[in-house]
Amino acid sequence: MSKKPIPAAALNDDIGEETRLELYRSQVNIREAEQRAFDLFLQNLVKGTSHLSLGQEAVAAGFAVAMKKGDLSFCTYRGHAHTLARGVPVEQVLGELMQRDNGLMRGKGGSMHLTSEEHGVMGSYAIIGAHLPIACGAAWRAQYKGHSDVTTCFFGDGTTNIGAFHEALNFAAVWKLPVIFVCENNLYMEYTPIRDVTAVEHPAADRASAYGLERIVIDGNDADVVYRTAMTAYEKARAGKGPSLIECMTYRHSGHSRADPAKYRPEGELERWKERDPIKIYRERLKQFGIGDDAVAKIDADIKRIVDEATEACKAAPNPPMDILTTDVYADGGWAWRN
Amino acid sequence: MAELTYRDAVARGIAQEMARDPDVVFLGEDVAKAGGVFKATVGLYEQFGPLRVRDTPISEQAILGAAMGAAMTGLKPIAEIMFSDFFAVCFDYIANEFPKSRYMTNGQTKCPLVVRTGNGAGSRFGAQHSQSVENWCMMIPGLKVVAPSSPVDVIGLLAAAVRDPDPVIFLEHKSLYGTKGEVPDGEILDKLGTAKILRPGRDATIIALALMVPRALAAAERLAAEHGIDCEVIDVRSLVPLDTQTILGSVAKTHRCFSVEENPRLCGWGAEIMSIIADEAFYDLDGPLVRITTPHIPLPAADILEDAILPTVDRIVERVRRTLKA
Repeated sequence: MSKKPIPAAALNDDIGEETRLELYRSQVNIREAEQRAFDLFLQNLVKGTSHLSLGQEAVAAGFAVAMKKGDLSFCTYRGHAHTLARGVPVEQVLGELMQRDNGLMRGKGGSMHLTSEEHGVMGSYAIIGAHLPIACGAAWRAQYKGHSDVTTCFFGDGTTNIGAFHEALNFAAVWKLPVIFVCENNLYMEYTPIRDVTAVEHPAADRASAYGLERIVIDGNDADVVYRTAMTAYEKARAGKGPSLIECMTYRHSGHSRADPAKYRPEGELERWKERDPIKIYRERLKQFGIGDDAVAKIDADIKRIVDEATEACKAAPNPPMDILTTDVYADGGWAWRN
Repeated sequence: MAELTYRDAVARGIAQEMARDPDVVFLGEDVAKAGGVFKATVGLYEQFGPLRVRDTPISEQAILGAAMGAAMTGLKPIAEIMFSDFFAVCFDYIANEFPKSRYMTNGQTKCPLVVRTGNGAGSRFGAQHSQSVENWCMMIPGLKVVAPSSPVDVIGLLAAAVRDPDPVIFLEHKSLYGTKGEVPDGEILDKLGTAKILRPGRDATIIALALMVPRALAAAERLAAEHGIDCEVIDVRSLVPLDTQTILGSVAKTHRCFSVEENPRLCGWGAEIMSIIADEAFYDLDGPLVRITTPHIPLPAADILEDAILPTVDRIVERVRRTLKA
């Protein structure tokens, strides 16, 4: 994607300085934490697998900032960004990646299952497509109980070719559920370009009409665009007008997972997308709106300190104790399947 | 006290729980306006209305996923999967999502839901609409698995399943829908994880589940009348949690145990129970542990073939008699 001038709509000052700083802070927080996760992996301190959102920060930040307290989010195994964006502390996220006792789930879930219900993060799902129907159920509860919260469900382009995607979209549309489906199209399902395995150009948006939904494709690297689109969708959902399906065009700077050097990408593609790095775009945006370098520098320094402190806390944290091995299999807290 | 069919007991059990708790909702294919393909949910739509009793598209993943999302956030859904064979198209929820979310999230995620399904053979529907899949469910940590054999147990165990804080797979046997039984008036609430001794006996224990329970009982009567063998018959009812104490206590008394299982032989539920008996009650035994099962083949459609491969009263009588007289 070539460098484009900032669209006029993005220069509309409807967002305001406070929200823009929040959007910036959220993106930098994700960038620094994800970069740290990668560094810790290289030091063999992040175990198991991990799927980074480097380059995709604007989607997570744009939606999370547009959400209200009490709104729910569901995401995939590429879920660190969405977890951080809802306000979950970096230490708990890194702790889970490092499988320490201070992790969000004390090491019982791992990188692919980050969950913090108190922040509205209703889980990260490692089976492609599984969480779209689950998000429908959360939205159904809101509709049934007359609650005003909206559920957001994030997934990748690869998810659009699995059955659960289609079942969930039809279900949500027929029941007019307050759920927003957000496809982060980063061009690759895993190693294979999504266009090589999909019958339409836009794997999510071009399917929208099959479910009576509007076709929405947006620049997922521009947090303002994401934020505005999210606000419109939330307003519609809260008004009882049903679900939305939003395809955000973005790009991951790293491989699919930690084992992937991403050598399948054509030469120059990464560099072109890095010119459209969401954080770079947003720094320019802040400047255009007269937000001073000091405010930006303060956020950068703040986040760096938080991530540094979290890293040290995680390195010092103990491993999970053996006594949690058999807890919480059943609701009584234990694992007894017989008398 | 009234006589009720197993089919009508399903609707009564659901109605009892929906009337008690407004958070109980019910969804599935053709369950609302049509009253279910087995007519087991007739009247619920009229009684509780379209917001609580909902027809879904033919989307088993959406049905179970939506039930889970609703359960996680405060409702107590009952989801119907029309035939248990269809678990195979939504098994992600049964195997990966319902049972593991609580553990993976260190206790954050709750999943209080019930999946009701038509299980078992006898309808001449062939290999994809007749299976007994209780063993598919029993092997997954985090699930509870129940299979009632009588109308009163349908109501009591369904009520217990709905009130249970864990995901419960509730297997209704299709060939039992037309059977009748006495059911007391008023609220009925049973307990998961409890087996029931339906016929006390001295010479051998027969453990059975669902449709195999009436067959085991009929076999026990014939063994007593024709061969002087006095069998104790236990309806296992709940595979998870499993009431091993009732079974081990019976084996300690009779010194013999037979299982009657409709599921195909390999890894059937009886194998697990027999291994527990072998581990923990070996020195109580006077003879081999014997499993009477459907053979390890897909189910045929033709009535004469289907009847030939499920455990029958004749087969149970013959197997018990031969083993005890050996």
